[in-house]
Amino acid sequence: MSDGQADADLGAFAGLFGLQPPAGASDDGEPRRRGLFRRLRDAVASSQSQAISPQLAGIYQSKLVSDDTWDDLEEALIMADCGMPATMDIVETLRDEAGAGRITSGESLGRALTDEIAGRLSPEPPRIALGHDPTVILVVGVNGSGKTTTIGKLAHRLTELGQKVVIGAGDTFRAAAVEQLAVWADRAGVDIVRQAPGADPGAVAFDAVAAGRARGADVVIIDTAGRLQTQHNLMEELRKVHGVVGKAMDGAPHHVLLVIDSTTGQNGLSQARLFSESVPVTGLVLTKFDGVARGGIVLAIERELGIPVTLMGVGETIGDLQPFDARAFAEAIFSPASGAGQ
Amino acid sequence: MFDALTDKLQGVFSGLKGRGKLTDADIDKAMRAIRLSLLEADVSLPVVKQLTTAIKERATGDEVMSSITPDQQVVKIVNEELTRLMGGTNVSLAMSPTPPTVILMAGLQGSGKTTHTAKLARLLAAEGRAPLMVACDVHRPAAMEQLAVLGEQIDVPVHREDGATDPVALAKAGVAAAKRTGRDVVLVDTAGRLTIDTDMMDELVAIRDAVKPTSVILVVDAMTGQTAVDVAVAFQDAVQFDGVILSKLDGDARGGAALSVRSVTGKPILFVGTGEKVDSLEAFHPDRMASRILGMGDVLSLIEKAQQNVDEDDAKRIQDKMRGGNLTLDDFLDQLRQVRKMGPIGQLMGMIPGFDKAAKMKDVQVDERRIDRVEAIISSMTLPERARPDIINGSRRRRIAQGSGTTVQEVNQLLAQFKQMQKLMKRMGKGGLPPMLGV
Repeated sequence: MSDGQADADLGAFAGLFGLQPPAGASDDGEPRRRGLFRRLRDAVASSQSQAISPQLAGIYQSKLVSDDTWDDLEEALIMADCGMPATMDIVETLRDEAGAGRITSGESLGRALTDEIAGRLSPEPPRIALGHDPTVILVVGVNGSGKTTTIGKLAHRLTELGQKVVIGAGDTFRAAAVEQLAVWADRAGVDIVRQAPGADPGAVAFDAVAAGRARGADVVIIDTAGRLQTQHNLMEELRKVHGVVGKAMDGAPHHVLLVIDSTTGQNGLSQARLFSESVPVTGLVLTKFDGVARGGIVLAIERELGIPVTLMGVGETIGDLQPFDARAFAEAIFSPASGAGQ
Repeated sequence: MFDALTDKLQGVFSGLKGRGKLTDADIDKAMRAIRLSLLEADVSLPVVKQLTTAIKERATGDEVMSSITPDQQVVKIVNEELTRLMGGTNVSLAMSPTPPTVILMAGLQGSGKTTHTAKLARLLAAEGRAPLMVACDVHRPAAMEQLAVLGEQIDVPVHREDGATDPVALAKAGVAAAKRTGRDVVLVDTAGRLTIDTDMMDELVAIRDAVKPTSVILVVDAMTGQTAVDVAVAFQDAVQFDGVILSKLDGDARGGAALSVRSVTGKPILFVGTGEKVDSLEAFHPDRMASRILGMGDVLSLIEKAQQNVDEDDAKRIQDKMRGGNLTLDDFLDQLRQVRKMGPIGQLMGMIPGFDKAAKMKDVQVDERRIDRVEAIISSMTLPERARPDIINGSRRRRIAQGSGTTVQEVNQLLAQFKQMQKLMKRMGKGGLPPMLGV
């Protein structure tokens, strides 16, 4: 990664958190977007399935838009895990555009498709506003979605931007989850608040917020145990953790991030719905995008629940968590060069 | 698990019911609905196409067209095709004739490899084998630590070397240690990896070549979407896995990945992970799963669950009491707790044929919190009160309500219901049939 790219990334993070970009880091979206897109595309090029490619080729190579093109488009969207309702919506919107004469070729359809997806996903750039002294972020999600890794990377970025971070090791259930988080905390050079395995996660969350206040932290990030959204008791526990955080500090947590794995299919909608019922989810983190180049489920979630995507994980190194960019996302999945002609 | 798919298919076929013979248009309508359901269940598109083609071909054949009950014929065909696609009968894990049997676990990050390595080891130990787990995930922080903790929980030894960085050497050393110490099954846990990461896939191949496993098992998350096929094909091309564990099936994922993976690789699903605890690993039964998809219920799983969780003597004692009409509130509380041990009530209801549909139609919601309150009320009673509810007067009611954090009305309601139940039991004991409550 070039230094220019690193600076642009940091600038983008400053934007995400509403902070002043550090000296040398630009908050100019366009070069960074191009950089991010290149990286996504590199990742996607190797993982783009044989499955989506023929459909995309069918779309982009057709000179005229025919019934076959619409079928190809529908299939491409389904293959990207967008789900039927969102798929039908998008196809219908674009068909109307074509009916109005605004889409005449496969190529213009492709452009309209990325516009449509980007427009649906982020009318505004994502924000995780700070400034609450400390701002408390609660991180939730199903087992294996990538919560702990996301927290490690987030802490790292915040530290780079001069923020003092405290992490609360709230996953007291899974074996060695605390140790895993401690390794990340060490790498990011931040404090971690932990208790013995099996401890009450609410107590850990409370302690983390209290420690954050006492130590003058800017941000407190609280990890939680992975749980399937249908496990009633565990969802109640999460509701309690959220309540306890509110007792430790008025108005906290200020952000609740739901972490969703990019490989997730239609169950992602159930995850977003049921997690939202127990805690007020403010944003999504789409992880492991580089591995599969799917994640269309965020379109279904946005459509049904209006929860925006704030961050995406595009690789395994600590710098590979990125503020979500809807256009780069849409282009990475659906642009012709990434899929066609392989 | 497959609830929503069940709904959709029932919707299609109730539309066809009472129509007599099916027209081509009817079949097309049913096929579209089946296609949609399968896609919503995350069955991958190529597999959906293949499946609907097969179903349509059979559904337009003579056996359906000339049948008096074409809808049932179509249900039967879909059931058969789903079962066939998932691999027919249950397949068990292969064991080497010359121990130790070596099992290599592989999968994407977060699919549940480490947890399921431990679950499988526990299952094998319960069958009387002597497993050893080998921690080879040198990449994820504290992954080896996690396996060690799980090993302690299930009392299975773990081979690990702190600070080791070469998973191939670790795996080899693990197998050697098993031979030395007389363990007859070695489970090698590996790091999660993306299929596009060629270095990591090469590492997996190197581990496989070093330990020559009896079986390579791919762990697949039941919540996986359309990508399941690509993942399965990529692992198949790299390491030729022998079977699959479908993890996290205890949620509401419809698990179409099971159909996809099986269909494109031909490899059987061996087990399903059905909970957070180390003992929640069950054999995969394609026929049961297909029945479930079609709304025929999953009575076999329910019975198995009951057998695992209900103490037989207890059940007999309570049955005798019920016959005699002597059921106390204490017994009732016992019963309630026994049933709850089996899982969330809503999930249990879904296993009863026709019940989930009926429950949804009447908008019956099982409110677990209400059951919590019933438990709290009874727990707030003294033992004499539980044995003879008649003595519970006004002031006792107020105390119980206060103690359980409920209201006097709720206490009254529970007592009235219990009284009614006792009456019913007495009548049953005398040989009369119980009236069907609320049905």
